[in-house]
Amino acid sequence: MPAIYLDVAHLLAGSMLVLSFVLLYQDRITAVLNAFALQAVALSLSVAWQAFIQDAPLLLVTAGVAFVVKGIVIPTALHRIVRRLGIHREIEEVISAGPTMLTGLGLVALSMMLVLPVGENVSILAREDLAFALAVILLGLLMMITRRNAVTQIVGFMSVENGLVLAATGAKGMPLVVEISVAFSILIAFIVFGVFVFRIRERFDTVDVSALDRHRGERGEHV
Amino acid sequence: MIELETLIAPLLTPLHAILLIPAIAVVILALVPNYRLGAFLNMLAAGMTFVAGASLLFGEQFRSDILIVDDFNIYLVTLTTFVAFTTSIFSASYIGHELEAGRLTPTFLRFYHALYQAMIGAMNVALVANNIGLLWVGVEVATLSTVMMVGIYRTPEAVEAAWKYFILGSVGIALAFFGTILIYLAAQEALGEGLPAMAWDLLVQNAGRFDPKLLSLAFVFLLVGYGTKVGLAPFHAWLPDAHAEGPTPISAVLSGLLLNVALYALLRFKMLLTNNPNTLDVGLIMIVLGLVSLLFAAFMLYRRRDIKRLFAYSSIEHMGIMTFAFGMGGPLANFAGLLHMTMHSLTKSAIFFAVGHIAQAKGTQRIADIKGLSVTHPVLAVGLALGVVAIAGLPPFGMFMSEFMLVSSSFARQPLLAVVLVFGLIVAFGALILRLQDVLFGEPSGTTGEVRATYLPLFLHLAIVLVAGLWLPEPVVRWFRAVAAQLG
Repeated sequence: MPAIYLDVAHLLAGSMLVLSFVLLYQDRITAVLNAFALQAVALSLSVAWQAFIQDAPLLLVTAGVAFVVKGIVIPTALHRIVRRLGIHREIEEVISAGPTMLTGLGLVALSMMLVLPVGENVSILAREDLAFALAVILLGLLMMITRRNAVTQIVGFMSVENGLVLAATGAKGMPLVVEISVAFSILIAFIVFGVFVFRIRERFDTVDVSALDRHRGERGEHV
Repeated sequence: MIELETLIAPLLTPLHAILLIPAIAVVILALVPNYRLGAFLNMLAAGMTFVAGASLLFGEQFRSDILIVDDFNIYLVTLTTFVAFTTSIFSASYIGHELEAGRLTPTFLRFYHALYQAMIGAMNVALVANNIGLLWVGVEVATLSTVMMVGIYRTPEAVEAAWKYFILGSVGIALAFFGTILIYLAAQEALGEGLPAMAWDLLVQNAGRFDPKLLSLAFVFLLVGYGTKVGLAPFHAWLPDAHAEGPTPISAVLSGLLLNVALYALLRFKMLLTNNPNTLDVGLIMIVLGLVSLLFAAFMLYRRRDIKRLFAYSSIEHMGIMTFAFGMGGPLANFAGLLHMTMHSLTKSAIFFAVGHIAQAKGTQRIADIKGLSVTHPVLAVGLALGVVAIAGLPPFGMFMSEFMLVSSSFARQPLLAVVLVFGLIVAFGALILRLQDVLFGEPSGTTGEVRATYLPLFLHLAIVLVAGLWLPEPVVRWFRAVAAQLG
C-alpha cells in the first residue's frame, strides 16, 4: 500500500479530531452547527477515501449520506430552528472552556493508549483510524456532558455517531456498515427534529435542558 | 404458481414470522385511526407472534450467518413474545382509561401501537440475530422506540425522563457499537473479512485464536454499553425515570423484557470471552457489578415515594442478582440465573399490570396517597400482594427457588460473596414490606371508584410463577440445564 494512502487517511481522520476540539470551545450555537457541518464533511471525505483504498464502492453510499444528511440537511434545519427560537447566542456551559479542553486532551491520550497497543495483527491503518475514532467519540460524549443546551447535546450525540461511522468504515470489509450508517443517520435526524426539539420548546419555551431538571420525578418532596 | 410458493414458503417459517408479523403490524397500526381497532390489532399481532415464537420450541435449531436459533434464544423468544402478548391485553384495557382521562389522544395512540410492535419486532431481531451487528441494531431500535413511548404523555416529567433515557441510552449503545467493531477486528484475522467474522457461533468456536487483548478491550466497551441498557449501577440513572413517567404497559415490557434482552446480549459476549483463556476475567467483573447493583438498589428502595419508581429500583436489584449469578457461572448458578430471569419477567410485569390499574383507580402514583387497597380494591390488592410476595423471594413462588439455588451454590463456592448477596436480599425484602404495608392494609384513602381492569394477564403470570415454584416440568428442567451448560 503506497504511503500516501495512509497519509491522506491520517489527515482526514485527524481533521475530524481537530473539529471535535473546535466543537468543544464554541460559545455560540451557530458556530457549533458550522463546526459540526465541517466535521460531517471531513467524515464523508474520510469514508470516501476508505472506499477508494479498500476498493469498496458501497462505502461511497455512506459517504454520500454523511455529506448530504449530516453535512447539509441537519445543520441547515438546526440553523432555522435556532433562528426561529432566537437562541443563536446562548450556550450554557457546565464546565468552562479551559478545563474542558484539558479533559479533552486527556481523553485523546487515553484513546491512543487504549487502542494503539492492542491487536498487533490488525493493520496499522485500521488501528490508527480506530484510535482517532475513539477520541472523536469520547470528545462527543464530553460535549454532551459539558453543555446544558438541547441543541448542543444533540450535536454532541451526532458527533459521537460520526466517530462510530469512522471506526466502522476503518474496519476493513465489515458487513452491514453501509446499511447501519445510512439507516441511523436518517433515524436520528427524524427523532431529533420530530420529537425532542419541538416538544421541549413547546413545554418550556427554552431549549436549555436545565429547565427539564426542575421536573425530575421526585424533586422537591421530602421524606 | 409453484415459483410463487417456493418464494413464499421460506418466509413462513416461525423464525421469519416473529420478525415479519411485527413489521407488518407497525405499518398497519400506524394507519388505523380507530383506537379500539388498533388495540385489538395490537393484541392480534402480539398473539400471532407468540404462537410463532412458541412454535420455535418444536422446530429445529437453525443457523445462518445472519440468524440463529439455539437453546438459549428459543427460551427467551418464547418468554418475550408471551409477555409482549399478555402486556398487549393489559394495554388494551389500560389505554381506554387514559383516553377517557384525557392523558392521551387517539392520534398518539396510533403512534403508540405502532411503536409497541416496532419494539417487539426489534427485540425479536436482537434475540435471533447471529450477526453481532444485527444484534446491536435490534437493541438500538428497541431502545429508540421505547424512548418515544416513555415521552408520549408529554408532561414535563415525561419529557425529562425520555430525554435522559435518550441521552444515556444512546451513549451506552454507541459504546456497544464500538465494542462490536473491535470484536470484528479481532475476528477478522482468524476468519477473514465479511459476514463470517461477525457470526456469533463462528466467533465462539474460534475465539481461542483471537487476540486476547483486543477481545478484552472490546468487552469493556460492550459491558458499559449493554450494561447501561441492563440498568446495572452505576449506569442505571435512566431506568427509574423511564419506568415511572411512561405508560405502565411500557414499564412492564421495559422491566420484563428489554432489560433481559440487553443482558442476553451481554451473555453472548461473555460466552465468547470465556472461550479464550487469556482474556480478562469476565465473571469477576459481572459478580462485582451485580452485587453493587443489588446493594445500591436495595438501599434506594427505602427512599422511594412513587410506586412505579419503587418497582423500577426493584428491577435494578433483580438484574443485579442475575448478573451476579451469571458471573459466578457453573451449572447451578447459571440455572438459577436463567430461572430468575424468567420468573422476574413474569412477576415484574404482573406487578406493573396491578400497579397500572391501581394508579388509575387512585389517580396517583404517590405511595403516600394510595392506602387501604384491601378495602377499596380487593382484587387488585390480592394481585399486588401476591406479586410482592413473589418478587421478595418468599416461598412458594418461583423466585424463592431461583434465589435459594443461587444462595446455596454461592455459599458452597464463595461464602463471603454469599453473605453479601443474602444481606442485599434481606435489605430489599424489608424495604418492599415497609413501603407496601400501608398501600395494602392502611386506612383507606383516595377514590374508591371501580376500575375497568383486565385481571387475566395479572393472575395468569402469577399462576405460572406459583406453579414454577412448586414444580418445574421435566422438559423445562432439561432445557434450562442445557442452556446453563452452554453458558459455561
